[in-house]
Amino acid sequence: MTPLAKLLEAALFAASRPLSLESLATLDPESSPAAVSAALDELREHYDVDGHGVEVVEQGGGWQILTRAEYAEAIERAQVAVRPQRLSAAALETMAIIAYRQPIGRAEIEEIRGVAVGSVLKSLHERGLIDIVGRSEGIGRPLLYGTTAQFLEQFGLRHLEELPRADELAIALRGAGSTAVAE
Amino acid sequence: MIAPAFRVADSDAPAFVVELSQFTGPLDLLLSLIRDEQVDIYDIPIARVAEQFLARIGTLGLDEAADYLEMAARLLRIKAQMLLPRADGEESWEDPRAELVRRLLEYQQMREVVDLLEHRGEERRHQFNRRWVPQTADITPISAPLALTLTDLLGAVDRVLRTAKEPVLHDVVPRALDVAGAMSTVRMVLSLRREARWSDLIGRDAEPWQILSVLLALLEMAKLGELRIAQPRAFGSVEICRDAISEAA
Repeated sequence: MTPLAKLLEAALFAASRPLSLESLATLDPESSPAAVSAALDELREHYDVDGHGVEVVEQGGGWQILTRAEYAEAIERAQVAVRPQRLSAAALETMAIIAYRQPIGRAEIEEIRGVAVGSVLKSLHERGLIDIVGRSEGIGRPLLYGTTAQFLEQFGLRHLEELPRADELAIALRGAGSTAVAE
Repeated sequence: MIAPAFRVADSDAPAFVVELSQFTGPLDLLLSLIRDEQVDIYDIPIARVAEQFLARIGTLGLDEAADYLEMAARLLRIKAQMLLPRADGEESWEDPRAELVRRLLEYQQMREVVDLLEHRGEERRHQFNRRWVPQTADITPISAPLALTLTDLLGAVDRVLRTAKEPVLHDVVPRALDVAGAMSTVRMVLSLRREARWSDLIGRDAEPWQILSVLLALLEMAKLGELRIAQPRAFGSVEICRDAISEAA
């Protein structure tokens, strides 16, 4: 491995959060972003080819070293680490709406889901999956919510654009006159 | 958002009370009814669906089912509108179901995203990142006995009181605590700025009763949900900020 790849490996090992390409580039002022990118590829390949228990993954707006999925069960059985709790169906619905419609206020989410979402919002906020991103200009200037980097990380997304666009979903909103019915 | 009503011992309880908790809301229930009936979402037999919807929520407690009842009322209104006679060949007739169909489609689209997120989240759950946490965040859990010597405690009290003015011994005026006054001070400070520190709330030469008033005011306001108190590091300085979520509620 090149010295730069080793340096990146050390930094990724030390970090608890995904590291962006920019922050990786600050490790060595001599190296160009292209060189850092190439070294990342080298590191990733090194882990893949030599068969390591961990891998280098791009998600949550950066790069991260993660254990490979096949070891999850053994690790959890031995209580070395615990998987994060799954979100409830209600929380997932709220999360999906915020991911697509952000910035969005509580009333609009409730309109789509048909139920009150106050407590769900609070728990998503506590889990760091959503944050307050501003206030609407509407009556009462309600708070607007958006997704966080933690959301991307927890759902294994590199960036928001990785979610399918609304018109790529099977049931795109075409207006009620359309004949297409899903399923 | 219906709390599961488990009635294991009561065999007379209708089974669908428990069943309803599997739905995340009235639209979910409605969509499932439409799917079971295998009807076209653009041509919902509203009378039949409304009847079934009512049957499913029929025995629920009223306060549990407000969201469902609102939908039931909506369905009945649409049903009534559908029964109104309309002139032959009337062009401008607007299907009373159109708004409901739009919401159902929007909801269904969102459910598609839910499936996707669920899948991605489940995959990610099988991979662990490094559990590196800064040493300072290692705070002794509350349930464990407090490892603190009397000297530590007295030292801490001393440090707090050292910021206070030395009381003049020959002029002691007994004063009760003024928690309400301190609360309005804290409110004033937090109306000007989102975050404050302990040192912003007590003056440089505050007397012990003032310090205690501010402390009790902060605890009281945190309990009321007016503000949040956080200590990012053990023994770090305490951050006091407005509780944005409760502010919105």
